[in-house]
Amino acid sequence: MEHIRTTKVEQVKLLDRFSSSNKALTGTLYLTATHLLFIDFHQKETWILHHHIASVEKLALTTSGCPLVIQCKNFRTVHFIVPRERDCHDIYNSLLQLSKQGFANDTNEILDRPMCLQITHFHQRTGKIVSSTKYEDLYAFSYNPKQNDSERLRGWQLIDLAEEYQRMGVPNSNWQLSDANRDYKICETYPKELYVPRIASKPIIVGSSKFRSKGRFPVLSYYHQSKEAAICRCSQPLSGFSARCLEDEHLLQAISKANPANHYMYVVDTRPRHRMQSWWATQKDIGRIIVRISSRIWNDEKIRESDEKKRLNAMANRAAGKGYENEDNYSNIRFQFVGIENIHVMRSSLQRLLEVSGTRGLSVGDLYSGLQSSGWLRHVQAVLGAAVVLAKAVTTESASVLVHCSDGWDRTSQVCSLGSLLLDPYYRTVRGFMVLIEKDWISFGHKFSESTGTVDFFQAHFQKFVLSGVRCGHLDGDPKEVSPVFTQFLECVWHLTEQFPQAFEFNEAFLLQIHEHIHSCQFGNFIGNCQKEREELKLKEKTYSLWPFLLEDRVKYLNPLYQPQAQEFAVLEPNTVSFNFKFWRNMYHQFDRTLHPRQSVFNIIANMNEQNKQLENDIKDLESEQTLLPGNDALRTIDSSNPADNRYSEYAEEFSKPDPAVVSLEYGVARMTC
Amino acid sequence: GLLNSCPAGVASCPASSCPCRSPLSPRLTLLESVLLGPRPTTSRMEFSELIRTGQAQAELLRGPEAPPLRGTLCVTGHHLLLSPGPQATPDLWLLLLRSVDSIEKRVAGDCGTITLRCKDLRVLQLDIEGVEATLNIARSIEALSSLESVITSFPFFYRPKGLRLGDAWHFHPPERYYKRVARETNAWRLSEANEDFSLCPSYPRAVIVPRAVNDDALALTARFRQGGRFPVLSYHHAPAEPAGWVRLPELSPCPQVLLRSSQPLIGPQKRRCAEDEALLRAVLAGSRPGARGFIVDTRSAQTAKQARMTGGGTEAKAAYPGWKRLHRPLERGRPLQESFVHLVEACGDLEQSMDHWLSRLAGCRWLAHVKEALSTACLAAQGMEREGACILVHGAEGTDSTLVVTSLAQLILDPSSRTMAGFQELVEREWIQAGHPFQLRCAHSAFSHARPKHEAPTFLLFLDCVWQLGRQFPLSLEFGEGMLLALFDHAYASPFGTFLCNSEQERCLCEVRTRTHSLWSGLNQLKEQRKLRNPLYVPNPLALWPSVEPQSLRLWQGLFLRWTRPPEPSEAAWEKVWQIVTDQEKTEGSQPTVSASELQL
Repeated sequence: MEHIRTTKVEQVKLLDRFSSSNKALTGTLYLTATHLLFIDFHQKETWILHHHIASVEKLALTTSGCPLVIQCKNFRTVHFIVPRERDCHDIYNSLLQLSKQGFANDTNEILDRPMCLQITHFHQRTGKIVSSTKYEDLYAFSYNPKQNDSERLRGWQLIDLAEEYQRMGVPNSNWQLSDANRDYKICETYPKELYVPRIASKPIIVGSSKFRSKGRFPVLSYYHQSKEAAICRCSQPLSGFSARCLEDEHLLQAISKANPANHYMYVVDTRPRHRMQSWWATQKDIGRIIVRISSRIWNDEKIRESDEKKRLNAMANRAAGKGYENEDNYSNIRFQFVGIENIHVMRSSLQRLLEVSGTRGLSVGDLYSGLQSSGWLRHVQAVLGAAVVLAKAVTTESASVLVHCSDGWDRTSQVCSLGSLLLDPYYRTVRGFMVLIEKDWISFGHKFSESTGTVDFFQAHFQKFVLSGVRCGHLDGDPKEVSPVFTQFLECVWHLTEQFPQAFEFNEAFLLQIHEHIHSCQFGNFIGNCQKEREELKLKEKTYSLWPFLLEDRVKYLNPLYQPQAQEFAVLEPNTVSFNFKFWRNMYHQFDRTLHPRQSVFNIIANMNEQNKQLENDIKDLESEQTLLPGNDALRTIDSSNPADNRYSEYAEEFSKPDPAVVSLEYGVARMTC
Repeated sequence: GLLNSCPAGVASCPASSCPCRSPLSPRLTLLESVLLGPRPTTSRMEFSELIRTGQAQAELLRGPEAPPLRGTLCVTGHHLLLSPGPQATPDLWLLLLRSVDSIEKRVAGDCGTITLRCKDLRVLQLDIEGVEATLNIARSIEALSSLESVITSFPFFYRPKGLRLGDAWHFHPPERYYKRVARETNAWRLSEANEDFSLCPSYPRAVIVPRAVNDDALALTARFRQGGRFPVLSYHHAPAEPAGWVRLPELSPCPQVLLRSSQPLIGPQKRRCAEDEALLRAVLAGSRPGARGFIVDTRSAQTAKQARMTGGGTEAKAAYPGWKRLHRPLERGRPLQESFVHLVEACGDLEQSMDHWLSRLAGCRWLAHVKEALSTACLAAQGMEREGACILVHGAEGTDSTLVVTSLAQLILDPSSRTMAGFQELVEREWIQAGHPFQLRCAHSAFSHARPKHEAPTFLLFLDCVWQLGRQFPLSLEFGEGMLLALFDHAYASPFGTFLCNSEQERCLCEVRTRTHSLWSGLNQLKEQRKLRNPLYVPNPLALWPSVEPQSLRLWQGLFLRWTRPPEPSEAAWEKVWQIVTDQEKTEGSQPTVSASELQL
């Protein structure tokens, strides 16, 4: 590899992130084309995929060497100390290039500058240079798990959405498969196969799509067979100067009529009302300015203010161009706001959270006030709350629900998928969860390659050089588009698994593994932003699907307490009271070994379960030999703990601190060391 | 203080004349006496004077999850009963009046509402017909729940089926623990210098002290320590070294000791006590040559210094060669109680916003106290295990935060204290016999409107720390959350006598051992086991070093949110765990599947 100048550095120290005494493991650092590998003297390996790297930072030289701090998108933070500055510099440069290939070609000169600040500055201002990265450089295009083409194809066919819609019970007498978007003409970011009400004709669909942002007109996301109610999704209406769209109104009517049980339907706007209103206000200001200029009334503002109001409002609404539906134009519809903040708020919220939880010597008070000020748990609560609203409408009122936010691919995906998860036990199985992600996230165009990005949290707060840029950060792009929307979805699912320990077939390790691969770019599933783009990239021919690999390791991801038949878990009714939300340590401190429980209940129960099954089989087969199954490493299990792993060990330094008054007088205190 | 806590006096109410003595279960007896009318017993008078209205029609609301109960409400000497009908005994609902922490009454129209806040943090609402009845019942409950007399309390009348009086009282005498120590070392002896509680009223009759110190010296040392609490052995750690465990030679077989005491009475004149100094010197001499000692003072250096003004203080460096002082301020007393009150308040508010909840959680500082307590205990344990040092723990009185530290340190180091029996022994030895003033500390829980006097949830803090340890090492404790919850409930209000009184001396005077049942015999009944035990327990010979990072500590929802969150899913999951484990035992027979050694890998 052209970018790799040094492949191996010895005597590198790996520092403990939370230790203030610079406790370290010594070992050797290897740089490969895809990974950074550290092997410590216990022969324990730490692998870091280049794609996972969110930022690399070279700190000021110290007496022990040159510190290199790497922040990863899977929330791993490693702190190396490289003895020679030259080596550190080489690795630093190589990583910068490897983690975003193509970037360095024209910026070598800049990269040689040691000051991070300058680079950040440079990066922010010339973000466009960065986008020279090509999809083809991603790991997935070179990753070869030794499968032949037919195996690869079978892997991609594992999750079939047509099958899934059939399982839900569509098409049926009320819903049909529309071919309107066959060539992605109506909506580029939607899949080809879309399910719409049978009575909605193609002109109505086309008309509605013109009225909706990015052409994302209302389509079926989930159909509840027994209630005959549907969860539909779309983007916000463009209720600008042409404040009405009859086709859109017709399509909504068609959706409500497609539900024989209840013609009344809900339109859930996932955005907070106050934001919409303040947004209105700015739009109105623009309108006001237009009006003022046109009618030249700024001289006698106060006199005209009151009678002006009505005119201004109407004008402003039209000037706005975007917004929410005018309730007067839609009958049988109840509009509801559920108040989930936008991607920018979410991004900075997680930034703040990680900043707090990554602090050394954090106090309990700081953690909780940090949790509060970051607002992260509040946002998680809002997302889950919205899903509960959805599920309630479907189960208690048999009403159909239409969900939208702005573009209908972030908050809408979260709410629709979580709503389906609450309603349908199938999505709580290992395979069902894969289907859910394929359906509500991948096929409906959540901008993975832009959005699950590496949260560029480090940039804003630590002024570090951010290698990834865009929303999902696979490719460089606009850092404003990166947002932890999918991570947040996984966190909501985790909270549900905590509240309903027996309702899910999969365990926490499954969620963490999926999160890992959202960023790894090792498999093709999360590459690209929509189906059209994925087809153009020929992902199914050039890359592999993640799902068969997860299914192969299925045993690792099973929840031993799962009760598939339990009636009480048919529909989940989570309690969204504040104290049910906790900091997800296993996600945000996944790699901080010392923070986790030292023994895993799941592993032991899973083992017992397996053994019970195995033994039952053995008895059936009249075999007396009993074999222990191999241990499950899905969750960390550290049974032997060490005081040195923990912070109180640093208090204990006082033990060996010489006490001058005593030393001189009595014992050889200084001799006593740990 | 003693007389106040036993106002009735021991002699004035001999056991034979106690009311409600009956071979039947007290539940039936009480029901009988209420429903069939009071029996003419003389000593019943003192209760009946307090009962203004015996009965009323009422509806009971037990929180959002449980259905309401309607029936006849009766107040008896020790209980509040709700009976749906005279024949329907099984549906009887019963509340020990002692467990009522605060009572609030409201009347509207011709009915009233009483809100009872219990010491176990439950909130109950009673809707009662009749204004007069409401007020009378409220007054009766108020009067009966705050009776301070020990010997008229319910444990003296409680005679459950299947338990014999005095059964488990001899489980954990100091002699028993001494036998264990004596097997490991002969540097210590069991002294009965405190036989008549004259040296130290809050110590048991027998304590373990260095062999080199005689009883006369102990008497002098006792005078130099607050409340007479001279340094005694709390725990002798002789690490059982697992195979393959490599130790540095200079640290090899080194028994370590943990001692506890109260503060020395240095005072403004900087008094010294040769016997006290000799005692601590003897401790070092009894350890390996060149051993060092650490005094973990659970107050800040500043507070310890200020204590001199009131006659207390802390060991002067020069007077105690070989001993080094470490200050780890732990919260105690009123601030701790307030922290508890604020946390419980926050946990009772279901409507609050996330921001409000998190800021209250941070503001109450409870988890910060947990972190401090746990890390101080780890420090003490680490000093013993890793440094081979002798550790003396004390604060001011040596009956609160001191005990938190010493008992947690044992749990961290000693595998045998993590078993069901071992943990009971630990609580008995390090809390009850060590003189934690349960009656004063647990007089009120978090709901009392009264200004706290001596109340402090020190024992709860200990239980919370144990819970955190159990969460981080879910396989290493033989008891489960149920055990910790039971201890919390019984410490604040119990039909058993175990947590009565403030010290062994008081328990002796009240004849607690002969006239009440021990909690341990109650808990060790077979039917209780499933609730109390950890089905996943596998003995772990190693020390448990917990993480004390704030991210690793959790709010103990099982306790603080026990009555506010719906318990079903987690309880069902627990049942499932039991089922898997039982299946396992069935299929597997006697062969242990997951051996300890495997776990250590």
